[in-house]
Amino acid sequence: MRIAVFATCLVDGLFPRAAQATVELLERLGHDVVVPGGQACCGQMHVNSGYGPEAVPIVRNHVRTFAPVLDGEWDAVVAPSGSCVGSTRHQQALVARRAGDDRLAHEADLVAARTYELSELLVDVLGLEDVGAWFPHRVTYHPTCHSLRILRVGDRPTRLLRAVEGLELVDLPGADQCCGFGGTFALKNSDTSSAMVADKVDNVVASGADVLTAGDWSCLMNIQGALGRRDTEVRTLHLAEILAATRERPWDGRGGTGRGRGRADGRADGRADGTTRGACAPATGVGAA
Amino acid sequence: MSVDLGMPGVRSQPAATPHDPLRWGPSFPDAARGTLANTQMRANLRHATHTIRDKRLAVTAELPDWEALRDAGSAIKADVMARLPELLERLEESVTARGGVVHWARDAAEANRIITDLVRAAGAREVVKIKSMATQETGLNEHLEAEGIEAAETDLAELIVQLAGDQSSHILVPAIHRNREEIREIFTERMGDAPEGLTSEPRDLAMAARAHLRARFLRADVAISGANLAIADTGTVAVVESEGNGRMCLTLPRTLITLMGIEKVLPSFADLEVFLQLLPRSSTGERMNPYTSMWTGVTPGDGPQEFHLVLLDNGRTKALADEVGRSALHCIRCSACLNVCPVYERTSGHAYGSVYPGPIGAILTPQLLGLGEAHGAGSHDVTATLPFASSLCGACYDACPVKIDIPSALVHLREKGVHADAHPSLTPMGAGMAVAAAAMTSGTRFRWATRLLTLAGRVIPGTRIRRLPFPGSLWTRSRDLPVPPTQTFQDWFASRERDAGRGTGEGA
Amino acid sequence: MSAPDARTEVLARVRAALATTGAATRPGPGPGGGASAGPLPHDDGPGTDGHVPADLRDPHAPGPVPREYRRADRSAPVTPGRLDLFVERLEDYRARVVRVDEGGLRAALVAELRDAGPVAVPPGLPGPWVQALQEEGLELLVDHPDRPLTPAQLDGAGAVLTAARVGIAETGTVVLDAEPDQGRRVLTLLPDRHVCVVLAAQVVADVPTAVDLLGEHPERPMTWISGPSATSDIELVRVEGVHGPRDLRVLVVEA
Repeated sequence: MRIAVFATCLVDGLFPRAAQATVELLERLGHDVVVPGGQACCGQMHVNSGYGPEAVPIVRNHVRTFAPVLDGEWDAVVAPSGSCVGSTRHQQALVARRAGDDRLAHEADLVAARTYELSELLVDVLGLEDVGAWFPHRVTYHPTCHSLRILRVGDRPTRLLRAVEGLELVDLPGADQCCGFGGTFALKNSDTSSAMVADKVDNVVASGADVLTAGDWSCLMNIQGALGRRDTEVRTLHLAEILAATRERPWDGRGGTGRGRGRADGRADGRADGTTRGACAPATGVGAA
Repeated sequence: MSVDLGMPGVRSQPAATPHDPLRWGPSFPDAARGTLANTQMRANLRHATHTIRDKRLAVTAELPDWEALRDAGSAIKADVMARLPELLERLEESVTARGGVVHWARDAAEANRIITDLVRAAGAREVVKIKSMATQETGLNEHLEAEGIEAAETDLAELIVQLAGDQSSHILVPAIHRNREEIREIFTERMGDAPEGLTSEPRDLAMAARAHLRARFLRADVAISGANLAIADTGTVAVVESEGNGRMCLTLPRTLITLMGIEKVLPSFADLEVFLQLLPRSSTGERMNPYTSMWTGVTPGDGPQEFHLVLLDNGRTKALADEVGRSALHCIRCSACLNVCPVYERTSGHAYGSVYPGPIGAILTPQLLGLGEAHGAGSHDVTATLPFASSLCGACYDACPVKIDIPSALVHLREKGVHADAHPSLTPMGAGMAVAAAAMTSGTRFRWATRLLTLAGRVIPGTRIRRLPFPGSLWTRSRDLPVPPTQTFQDWFASRERDAGRGTGEGA
Repeated sequence: MSAPDARTEVLARVRAALATTGAATRPGPGPGGGASAGPLPHDDGPGTDGHVPADLRDPHAPGPVPREYRRADRSAPVTPGRLDLFVERLEDYRARVVRVDEGGLRAALVAELRDAGPVAVPPGLPGPWVQALQEEGLELLVDHPDRPLTPAQLDGAGAVLTAARVGIAETGTVVLDAEPDQGRRVLTLLPDRHVCVVLAAQVVADVPTAVDLLGEHPERPMTWISGPSATSDIELVRVEGVHGPRDLRVLVVEA
């Protein structure tokens, strides 16, 4: 298949490893991956903050960028985010319609119908559960609210995780409870959001996992940030990053945005405080770490 | 009701007496700061909400057709809203034909005035009351008190709240913010006829309330109730309860006055088959609540021989005029959304500063008060903070027995509040959104914006940012922020394509 | 011109609110309306055919009411399974249940009422039941329509005995509709023990069937009873018997 990646604004600018892993994973599975230039954001932050009309040009940019999927240029669009896919599916058309742009609304619906969250694409479209990954760690999975309740991805992510060689999946107590991110909620209701993420972190620690994973970096950023204030070694990784890891090219042991396997680009500075950072390291044509 | 008796042990919660039961206190974030610090209340609420949540899940899972019932409930409510004028007229006709008297009230003051006049006409100086959200909304008890009429709440929780001088913190279990020790103290200090040596065992406390109230039931001439629903076709009114205090009020006094929001009407008797399944299971997590009473006008020889039904608007038509927000009127006051809400669980009902707390309150209260109307104050309106009191996690939608899409309504009302300002983009948030929108409407601008981030990523030392100035401090007070990467994803992909000898498509 | 009365004004506001949005006629979302920006169920996963998912319709738009929920056949004879469920559900909500056949009813009535003190009874209670209690020497307080018992008399009664209109198996509910064999609503309220006789043939499977049956006389005052009076207002600890009868006993009579 020819698959277009919608990185999402947060991943593109702050957590590129998730999108990089998505590319690597899909290529490993034998698919052609393209990253359409011109992509930016789905518009969700504006809509959810009360700036729906202001989001219309953002939606327009998104729909224009991914419209080629309707002409068969690509077979599907994938994003490493349940939240953003939820927004394309359930917000974009409505925002456009309310602004009086029915044509945009219609196209948004059509594009959204060919846009998948990563686990949906793997399980529903590609028919996979075992993607050939190897990840010998104890992992717990946080079902983000929008994956859980807007997309209804259900057990697709955990089916994928259970099929990963070496991976031990442990239950997250209170898994279905919101982590307290909620976009601008985290700022506007900072006290409440902090109380929520404190409970989530308690549960992550209680799970006994070494690695916390989820399908959305937005929520992971929140939990990771709060984990950073605790005395814990739990690392945070996007589902794509786990599924991209193999025996040949294993996870480099870093959480978060950590620069990765492959080329040590001289800035892979290995800041060893548990929340590594760095650029996306190119993966092509470079030997295993 | 909120008189400070100057007793040392029991302090009213909240401390200040609301001037308007529909909206009092500071903005939600400010109020939440206070309630979050009340660890006792948080512990009580956590226990309560989790317990009811589990019970509800167990009894809804018992029904294989639960989703079909929700679909029916949702559709019936949508139909009711669309046919409201005809249904209200029909209800009036049916109730009148059966010997009841129907009154109409434009607002809280008018409802209170009508009810006071009716109580006076019945020659009563005291009334017994069944728990009723509508009468709380109008501040009826305080009004009656000011008019020299004593109103006794007879629901156990409402009695506790009334004696303590509190505001209720939950639609269904209003005293959930109090634990047994506190309740024992409240009864001992304020009930007058509390037995000697009263323990804090829930059974003992309940029996003390039984004894305290029985005499009042037997001597009451007038009762005041709310209504869970009323049937337009037949004029039948229903009250759903547990303790039997409702039956006492609906049966013993000579005169019954029922205050009901206009949105509570249902078309036909057959609709009961849907709502009597949805409501108890969603509300208390029971297959059926212990008692449901239904009456149709006046029945000679059985129960009150005088029945008045007061139909209340009080802002409901404002909500009705909003096509999205209207769904808030579908609410059957089961409180399932409160019990699953992570925000409510931690902040308690008091943070919402309204008789309608929780997710449903966050969409109902602003609309009843006319959010976004000409006289609304936009971002300066504390009520406009209510729709933001949610992380949009969607748990409320899943729990709602009539499938009110609360998250969508919240988002809609956020927009309405934001745009009530003449110039939304001049607020700090608005300005930020405008800048972000500019960056996100073009791929080129977006790539340059993210490259700016990577520039920051190159100069900021370390891997995480632990402290930022305001407003970033709102994040970093409890969380690190990752230092941005040194290369964006799109730039990585483009350089990889170049290395592989493929063209790259940068640009908008 | 005088100000419009409240009735006129409220109804005018309702009509105006609906007219603004055209709710009464609009079958689904149209331009400028019907936004639903948050969660909508999408249980079956996304479609791959490029069609707009059907659930993007405004869920709150009025339309025909789907009644896909279960409804038992009202005329279906009662089964042992239904009775078992009725009993199980009643007991689950702390009602005391005694199953008897017609021949055993008399003894059961006496057994459940003997120690109660004065027993209040409605005027139309089946003769044999009354007779059984009288022969046992129990003191009966009959609530004649022309000589109704006072609340004080009822408060002094130790128990009340009634028939019922319908029993609902799935919820463990007994519904009274104030007919002469059940009496005025207050009758079953003040005495601390309520002994209620439900005939097996009166037990229906579910709520829709019961509503269907009760809808034949919607004007009658009805009391739905599911277990004894209870409260969970203090720390959600269930306490039986606050204001209503603390002791509910149901005699299920099988033919």
